[in-house]
Amino acid sequence: MKKTGAEIFLESLKQEGVKVVFGIPGGVVLKIFDVLHQQKDLDVILTRHEQGAAHMAEGYAKATGKAGVVLVTSGPGMTNIVTGLADAYMDSVPLVAFTGQVSTNLIGNDAFQEADNIGISRPCTKHNVLVKDVNDLARTIKEAFYIATTGRPGPVLVDIPKDVSTNKADFKYPEKVQVRGYNPTYEGNKYQIKQAAEEIKTAKRPVIYVGGGAVFSDAAEEVREVAELAQVPVTMTLMGLGSFPGAHPLCMGMLGMHGGYWSNMAMHHADLLIAVGARFDDRVTGKLSDFCPDARVIHIDIDPTSIKKNIHAHIPIVGDVKTVLRQLNVYLRAMDGKQSDLKEQRRPWREQIEEWKRAHPLRYEQGAKVVKPQFVIERVFEMTNHEGIVVTDVGQHQMWAAQYFRGAKPRTFITSGGLGTMGFGFPAALGAQKAYPDKLVLCITSEGSFQMNPQELATAAIYKLPVKIVLINNKFHGMVRQWQDLFYESRYASSYLGEIPDFVKLAEAYGILGLRALKPAEVEPVIREGLKHRGPVLMDFHVDPFENCYPMIPAGGAQHEMMLEDPPELRKVDRSGLAKKKAEEGEGVLPA
Amino acid sequence: MEHIISVQVENKAGVLARVAGLFSARGYNIESLSVAPTLDPTTSMITIVTQGDDPVVEQIIKQLNKVIEVLKVVDLTETNFLDRETALIKIHTRPEHRDEAIRIADIFRAKIVDSSPTTYTVEVTGDVDKVEALINLLKPLGIKEIVRTGRVAIAREAAKVQTRREIQAAKA
Repeated sequence: MKKTGAEIFLESLKQEGVKVVFGIPGGVVLKIFDVLHQQKDLDVILTRHEQGAAHMAEGYAKATGKAGVVLVTSGPGMTNIVTGLADAYMDSVPLVAFTGQVSTNLIGNDAFQEADNIGISRPCTKHNVLVKDVNDLARTIKEAFYIATTGRPGPVLVDIPKDVSTNKADFKYPEKVQVRGYNPTYEGNKYQIKQAAEEIKTAKRPVIYVGGGAVFSDAAEEVREVAELAQVPVTMTLMGLGSFPGAHPLCMGMLGMHGGYWSNMAMHHADLLIAVGARFDDRVTGKLSDFCPDARVIHIDIDPTSIKKNIHAHIPIVGDVKTVLRQLNVYLRAMDGKQSDLKEQRRPWREQIEEWKRAHPLRYEQGAKVVKPQFVIERVFEMTNHEGIVVTDVGQHQMWAAQYFRGAKPRTFITSGGLGTMGFGFPAALGAQKAYPDKLVLCITSEGSFQMNPQELATAAIYKLPVKIVLINNKFHGMVRQWQDLFYESRYASSYLGEIPDFVKLAEAYGILGLRALKPAEVEPVIREGLKHRGPVLMDFHVDPFENCYPMIPAGGAQHEMMLEDPPELRKVDRSGLAKKKAEEGEGVLPA
Repeated sequence: MEHIISVQVENKAGVLARVAGLFSARGYNIESLSVAPTLDPTTSMITIVTQGDDPVVEQIIKQLNKVIEVLKVVDLTETNFLDRETALIKIHTRPEHRDEAIRIADIFRAKIVDSSPTTYTVEVTGDVDKVEALINLLKPLGIKEIVRTGRVAIAREAAKVQTRREIQAAKA
């Protein structure tokens, strides 16, 4: 029996094991929504903005490792997901976005709500396809999921014209998929891996530098094994957090621009760098010419373009991180000499790192009057035993969350790394919560980021997604204000956000519990009450507006040249009255 | 350094845009580009001439390989290769120059493929040096219009003749 394109769409998604679709209907996808409405196998989450749908699908994908699915209409529906696609492309998130398109006979006619979906999304997707014939639909969907989830994962867009969703064809879902020009390499070159094992054995000051690739390939266990077998300290990128237990004695936490002093110093003094599923982003390397000057580099990545892009790799290994590390562990286990000898051999290096850590640990001073943002974040993590799924937005709060995160499981620290998309956190948290309705999902956000997608409060309320929003409210675009303080003589150009809105009232307007803490003593009771509440909750923490995030490698600076605190000239400036002055000038307050 | 990169792609709409977009998005330069179907009608061959030092060209090749519809990428500059370009050159020809134009074309084994009372159109095929040299010689006569195909290139087969011993070794 022949099926319509819309029915084929539904059956194909079922075959792919899709459980949930995030999206918003519109003219050219009505047929598809109509079919989805009449079945119970998969849920449709109606978001309030297409960007929200894209980030929710990302959150779902990052939490589960499965492809997130988005379904939106043509024109503005599609253009609204572009940020989500770009974000997913940068962070290697498996996403399959279905966009409606005007009927094939109207394409190119500037029809109502027409956009060149393929042209617009080309540079921000791993692959995209316009389906011109309903007979190609099932195969195209199969290929889309295959491409999105294999190799280095990424977003794939499938553009479905209206007549393709209404036309009929025989449905047979292909069992196998074969894409001619797409054959990711999974097995690493054995000779290279053996060389790597040799170098690891003889290195004096090795460091393992783990990126998001280790998370995507589910290689946490293998990373731990390499580290323990060879007694090598581990540092993680923002995307890699969770791939190595935060409380492990070999764990150095995050590196890079706001990473630990000790982990960056370890990188700078290392004689061997084992890069695992990481891409030497500029926020990690700082000044390239001064990056790891003494280190030989082993670089393991499934994407050949990541290797030797920024940093020369002495031993490049193209392959799946998990597969390569397993092989590496075979060689490491076969090494002669006892492990205790190796431990002894590495002792001075580990002591040196401990010394750096003791000299400049993460620190803040929580007084009695003003709430420090780090205090809120640290307390939230402690009171949840570092066991929730943490989803952050972008900015200072993100960096503090990364610094204080000690989680032990991959896929429990979800953030927008590469693109740095403010507004990502809250919808992504909803997507993660949809994937795991019974797990604790924390959304660490700020007043700046949250206001870029607050409309999804409705989605949280309607679908009863009990995300705990920890809103670090410092009345500023905090990271921008920090840079203005450090590099623009404290001229706060367009960074002051003020007292608007009242977030507790905003939450209440959506039927969500809103809580507020103004003083340090109120922080813990608010967290306790928020965590106890069964539904979604927004906790508004008013924090010190002038707290800066340290350590910091200034843009263009070298790894070992970190700023550890506000420079003296900044400490001299009294900024306490500034917010008040801004308010008196009428900035960031409601007109009387 | 100049590189000639041969890219075999699936013959589908949008593939050229993807390849060209990759160059523009990453700031790589395209000096010339030509596209045509191969013997297999489902694939096309794109020949790209680009400039870049070795790490840049290595990235270009890796990035090209990453495009789903790209089937094969070869940097011909690394091999022994032949490259050719065709140009059509329309020149002004005053009566006293018409013989001279034919003589120059002859020297380059170029053909006059169209003629009007005041112009000739010369067709030339050859490597870049030859085409450039012809253009330079025709310039004094007055060039009205030029179109060039961009370069196409192909690897030479191994020129070495196998010795009997090598053939036997290969059989064994």
